[in-house]
Amino acid sequence: MNVDFLVQALHRGDARSVARAITLVEEGDAGGTAILEQLDRERIEQALLIGVTGPPGAGKSTLCAQMIGQLRDRDLRVGIVAIDPSSPLSGGAILGDRVRMMRHALDPGVAVRSMATRGRLGGLCSAAGAAVRIMAASGCRVVLLETVGVGQSEMDIVALADITIMVLAPGFGDEIQAMKAGILEVADLLVINKADQPGAQRLRLDMAAALRDPGDRQQRILETVASEGRGVTELLDRIFLLEEALRDGGALERRRRRSRELETLDQALELLREPLRQRIRDRNEKTRDPRELAREIVERMVIMPAQAARNDDEHGS
Amino acid sequence: MDKRYRVLIGKPGLDGHDRGAKFIARALRDAGFEVIYTGIRRTVDEIAAAAIQEDVAAVGLSSMSGAHMRLFPAVVEALARAGGADIPVLGGGIIPDEDIPALKNAGITAIFTPGTPIDTIIEAFRAACRTHLGQQAR
Repeated sequence: MNVDFLVQALHRGDARSVARAITLVEEGDAGGTAILEQLDRERIEQALLIGVTGPPGAGKSTLCAQMIGQLRDRDLRVGIVAIDPSSPLSGGAILGDRVRMMRHALDPGVAVRSMATRGRLGGLCSAAGAAVRIMAASGCRVVLLETVGVGQSEMDIVALADITIMVLAPGFGDEIQAMKAGILEVADLLVINKADQPGAQRLRLDMAAALRDPGDRQQRILETVASEGRGVTELLDRIFLLEEALRDGGALERRRRRSRELETLDQALELLREPLRQRIRDRNEKTRDPRELAREIVERMVIMPAQAARNDDEHGS
Repeated sequence: MDKRYRVLIGKPGLDGHDRGAKFIARALRDAGFEVIYTGIRRTVDEIAAAAIQEDVAAVGLSSMSGAHMRLFPAVVEALARAGGADIPVLGGGIIPDEDIPALKNAGITAIFTPGTPIDTIIEAFRAACRTHLGQQAR
């Protein structure tokens, strides 16, 4: 595998190279790290990552397909990363979000990648951020990141994405009640999809009750009928206005800094998992309290070497 | 843990009978595969493009309507056009025994008929993925 060749082809927008690069990262291959190091930073900086979350059946994939169509009409290249959960029993997964996006399958300006969570909690997979960066570097001006969320687990997508939209549909009123304390406050935009269906009025009232400030309601709640494409133009206009405001005010840079910190922490913990497991097994302690043992292992592994390194620095200078 | 194999299950052509395809998709998931499902009534080029973008190690096709002699080889050709000539294609459905040699000649790696045990199908996908990824690593 020639990494330089693959990176060049990826930056030209070659579909197979984009796909191979994402696989290499997902599999933890050393080539994957080398590719990520060489990605076009400027393109990544310019791309907008939109997180799309919401309960199953709310119409996320249909809405994404409509957004893709309109983004293409605006002559923008688009990437989609659609994440579905892995089966906790077999580790396998059925990834079916493509079904609703197939009309864009032959458009070279649209890259779609389905990914499974592979045991990671929180609705994302650990390679999600990298997959998004690879798509951005390949020339996608907008990347949509679609995950299933029902009120608790979507904080991860909020942390990763530049702008998060929560998609709801009539019939999910009870979920709104349960969600009140979480996602409704942190999602940038709340979309009432299937707004032409019975129950939409009830959902509007529930949302209005959850968002007490009228200005907030005006700003953040939108309605769509994704199956017919209604409301999608307004949604995209709102998203791009928000992007402009976030970029101008420096808020986007703050969000991205936090996102990088979180992904780094997440990956560091992932890398520590195996060595820690090995140490715990080697110690084979039977009498020590697990919490105390954990503290001691981490102290020896991380904190003491860091102190030693600091001491060396001080003596050296 | 075993490597996670990614496969695509698709239905080319106009045939809308997807019970078989969904059954295979679930069986593969339960055997630990990540299965990208494209739904019914896809063109061969759509299936090939999806297989490339998803970087799958194998493509499985289902046909119940008798169009397999035209559609299965057409997917192999579409994959080759899209730059995925190395991705193995497996096929199943209502396929008469006498069609099997011609399909294999046209580059279909394995053919399954209504009597094929599900374990045989899973093993064939596993073998196809293993061979494909082994070649890629070289």
